[in-house]
Amino acid sequence: MGSSSSGMKDVPDAQELVQETGFSAAHLLRLHERFEFLDRDGTGELRPEDFDAIRELAMNPIGDRIIRAFFSAGKETLDFPSFVRILAHFRPADKNRDRAQQEPANSRTRKLRFAFQLYDQDGDGKISRAELLQVLRLMLEMQVTEEQLQCIAERAIQEADLDQDDAISFDEFKKSLEKVDIDHKMSIRFLK
Amino acid sequence: MMLPLGLTLLLLTAAAADLPGTAAPLLRGPGLGGSPSAPLLLLPSRQPSAEYGAPGVALARSAAEEQASPAAEEEAAAGEHHGGGYRVVQWEWSYVQTPYIIAIWLLVASVAKILFHFSQRFTTVVPESCMLILLGLVLGGIVLIANKKQLYQLDPALFFLFLLPTIVGDAGYFMPARLFFDNLGAILTYAVVGTLWNAFCTGFCLYAAKLLGVIDERVQADLMDFLLFGALISAVDPVAVLAVFEEVHVNEMLFIIVFGESLLNDAVTVVLYKVYISFVEVGPENVQTADYFKGIASFLIVSIGGTLVGLVFAVILGFITRFTKKVRIIEPLFVFLLVYLAYLTAELFSLSAILSMTFCGIGANKYVEANISQKSRTTVKYTMKTLASIAETIIFIFLGISAVDKSKWAWDTGLVSCTLVFIFVFRAMGVIGQTWVLNRFRLIPLEKIDQVVMSYGGLRGAVAFALVVLLDGEQVKAKDYFVATTIVVVFFTVMFQGLTIKPLVKWLKVPRSTNRKPTINEEIHERAFDHILTAVEDIAGLQGYHHWRDKWEQFDKNYLSKLLLRKSVYRKSELWEAYQKINIRDAISVIDQGGNVLTSARLSLPSMASRASFPEVTNVTNYLRENGSGVCLDLQVIDNVPGAKVEEDMETHHVLAGNLYKPRRRYQSHYSRHFMPLGEQERQDREVFQRNMRSRMETFKSTRHKRHKKERSLKKRRGSDAKEEGGDKPRRNVSWQDKDPVVVPVESEEEKAEHSEAEKDEDVGITFVARKAETPKERPKSVPAALDGGQSPPAAHPSPTCGDSHLPWKGGVGSPPPCVSVEATKIIPVDLQQAWNQSISSLESMSSPPAPAEPVHPRVSALSRLGAPRPASYTPPGSVVGSTSSIGAQLSQGSFCFPEKTEKEEEEEEEGGVLQEMQPLMSSLRPPGSLPPPPPPPGPSSQRRRNPCVYLRSLVAAPPPGGGEPQSRGPTQL
Repeated sequence: MGSSSSGMKDVPDAQELVQETGFSAAHLLRLHERFEFLDRDGTGELRPEDFDAIRELAMNPIGDRIIRAFFSAGKETLDFPSFVRILAHFRPADKNRDRAQQEPANSRTRKLRFAFQLYDQDGDGKISRAELLQVLRLMLEMQVTEEQLQCIAERAIQEADLDQDDAISFDEFKKSLEKVDIDHKMSIRFLK
Repeated sequence: MMLPLGLTLLLLTAAAADLPGTAAPLLRGPGLGGSPSAPLLLLPSRQPSAEYGAPGVALARSAAEEQASPAAEEEAAAGEHHGGGYRVVQWEWSYVQTPYIIAIWLLVASVAKILFHFSQRFTTVVPESCMLILLGLVLGGIVLIANKKQLYQLDPALFFLFLLPTIVGDAGYFMPARLFFDNLGAILTYAVVGTLWNAFCTGFCLYAAKLLGVIDERVQADLMDFLLFGALISAVDPVAVLAVFEEVHVNEMLFIIVFGESLLNDAVTVVLYKVYISFVEVGPENVQTADYFKGIASFLIVSIGGTLVGLVFAVILGFITRFTKKVRIIEPLFVFLLVYLAYLTAELFSLSAILSMTFCGIGANKYVEANISQKSRTTVKYTMKTLASIAETIIFIFLGISAVDKSKWAWDTGLVSCTLVFIFVFRAMGVIGQTWVLNRFRLIPLEKIDQVVMSYGGLRGAVAFALVVLLDGEQVKAKDYFVATTIVVVFFTVMFQGLTIKPLVKWLKVPRSTNRKPTINEEIHERAFDHILTAVEDIAGLQGYHHWRDKWEQFDKNYLSKLLLRKSVYRKSELWEAYQKINIRDAISVIDQGGNVLTSARLSLPSMASRASFPEVTNVTNYLRENGSGVCLDLQVIDNVPGAKVEEDMETHHVLAGNLYKPRRRYQSHYSRHFMPLGEQERQDREVFQRNMRSRMETFKSTRHKRHKKERSLKKRRGSDAKEEGGDKPRRNVSWQDKDPVVVPVESEEEKAEHSEAEKDEDVGITFVARKAETPKERPKSVPAALDGGQSPPAAHPSPTCGDSHLPWKGGVGSPPPCVSVEATKIIPVDLQQAWNQSISSLESMSSPPAPAEPVHPRVSALSRLGAPRPASYTPPGSVVGSTSSIGAQLSQGSFCFPEKTEKEEEEEEEGGVLQEMQPLMSSLRPPGSLPPPPPPPGPSSQRRRNPCVYLRSLVAAPPPGGGEPQSRGPTQL
């Protein structure tokens, strides 16, 4: 605990982040270590290039998009609080969370919103056919033909598209996944 | 309601018990599992005065039975006084005895299941396992009364070698792998720690109870005996868990944890059991400290070794199924054999056989399912389910029967009640304690409700019973008491807890499982979620579950799949397969609901107008339109055929084809062990099916039009789609042909779609109901076949013209082996519109009756492009038909087509592997042996392409020896 408390001093806005994200101090410390590891030039801010150091991420088909999702629109840098706030999406839902504040980052909607924005690259609030196709192409790589991709995209849009605008809005996205245990599928266990 | 059921049940049991009962004097061997030679060996000891004596001897004397001859010599003297001579009817009981009794048992068990399910209300309350045990008790009682001695009981060898593997094999092979590995940590903890805890606590506490005098003095057991008993009684039993939980439908996670535990604890049970047995044998005082460590080492070896054996066999199985394309018919056998061999091999080395089999199943499933054909998949699934179901039934019945035999057990109330209390208490304590620890590491904590169900679901079963029966009465003095206690524990857990767990689950509102198939959106997004989580774990620097899962998937993709999957399968994407499955499912539901589903908001099907750029054959509407509905086919056809006369002829033809019911054909064109043609019955069914579909599609269309009128505001777009589907289709097709620039892309798309259709055919339906799995398969195959053969009834063409004999699909008129037409339509890529046009024009030049126009045309024309010998070889039989027009000729043609097709298939394989993955049917058609060479040289085919008329004339002039084919084929096929 001693090392942890001494380490906490290095973490900027530690208390507020614990409050806001629901991470424990230990989590935060660990994430901060990671943050500093990634931030090789020590500016206290991450740039997209810093993520390239993560070798596994290069193998991830949608890794680029996920990296971009960490950076808010127009910004090229990421400070630690933002880093933690993004990661907070992936905390499992806490039960008996009674603090009546605004929706926590790990709520179902916020989790889905994060996934949604990976598809919705132009940020118009809709997944168009082309956007869906791009993601599919990334995820399926060389395994399928373009026609097959289009079939899948076609089908997916038809299935989810309720207002017949040939695109999937966030509400439709949410609706299409309403039977899925998002808390299960979009959470990871953060180590202490 | 219940009374007649009970009565029938009793009658049945009485009747069934009669046979084995009266047969009893003959069966001195050990129960059911007796060796096949037992009846013969028993013969000499039987007295001639026995009721079966005389006929049996007569049988023995009949020289006809070669196998019985040794017995005949022995019995010769006994048979003397019957006067000898030939007897017309002989009683051969002793000869058939063993298999007969086994068959009767299976029959009784199966019929019992039917009877249980007569009453829906009853079976929802009482689990089947309870009923089976009760039935066993009744049967056992009857046998006991009849014989004064129990003849049948659960024989451990029979159980461990035959009954258990079928159940475990089924469970392992169909284990949801992702769910299993997601919860592997919890499963392993419960299986290892939990079982050890149960075993030790139960053993020690029973010993304490003995010391305290709660357990009677007569139970001669010391600490080792009680620990041994604790080990065998503490393991949760897979058979019981499966039987009970399958009816309860708790959510998957809960189920997989309890069931996974019951499977994986086998290693612990086996080791504990063996260690204690050896300790009991050498005597507790001689046990050295080293032996304890040996026990631990033994546990590691047994569990890890068992798992490895399973995985090795999984790799072998995957590898073998890579190469079974030409012997589709025995594909399922490989699955059964290797999974069973995994079990036996583990037994051979006294490793954990259950672990081995489970991991073999889990490991091989993915690759095997991808490699084998759809039919084989269905076969594997149903055979496994059938075997497992019957094995389970037998196990429970035998448990009941075994309990009746009082000579085997001795009752001690103290021991029984203590055991019951202890196993229940320690189970609950173990679950709660472990869950508390596990929940600190689990993403999804196990709730209190889950813990209650897990504690209550700790059912003991036949494994414990078989183990206790295996005990050596010399070494373990209290064996009889243990047997009795085990029986009570098994009955209590299976019957009482099994009976009450359903209400308990309802009362606790445990989340139930939903039998829902994922939608394509869920498939896509969940894949994306996996990638997201992996990425986030990487970014956050956590080496978590997703990290390792991703590593494994990379490894699997780069190495394992390459090794174990066929090349054609390897390139296929799982998502694509999921997509196809969903499409098929929709198609099925469309059929099931008579097309109504299409109009609902849930499923809107793509239609041509709005998405002309997409390959449409692969989506449901087209799938149905092309294959399921004759109406649509006709529309398309009319477009394709130019010329008024031709059109007119065609319409006449279609009116005939559509309205004349084909007469039932009496001739089965061929028989082969090596492939399965669609039977005559199947063809008839297909026709009925097609007619139904057609009428449904017609009504469906009209309803859609109506709907369009009614509700246009909301579903405007779809309504218009429907209209176009119905009315505008011809136009679309015309343009499809007319616009030159469009032709090329469309064609290529069509080709791919064609492929995917063939693939789809194979990948249909891992759905769970037999009918459903069958239906989608039926459609693609059936329709083209019916089109080829069906649309031109033989009666309508008493003397086929040139065109008839010339055109493959016409040639197939007579009695086409369904396979032929299927193949013709399925394999050949529809890629040459040009070729088709040419052939059409050449057709026009001859004033022949038009081809039965179907979408099949392009494929056929493509055929000619491929330069396959098929058209040529096809023609001869056609001309034979033309000249003789007799059924015999048709028949010969039908059987003749077969080698032709395989030939064709091979050739296509050589054609650059485009069609590597052929639909199961046709691959299964390929006989393993060599084929007769195609009688007509490939030359004519090219000739035909150039000038069909010329070739035809030459054919008519000198028909090739098509008629001789069947004979030459005969030996190789039969």
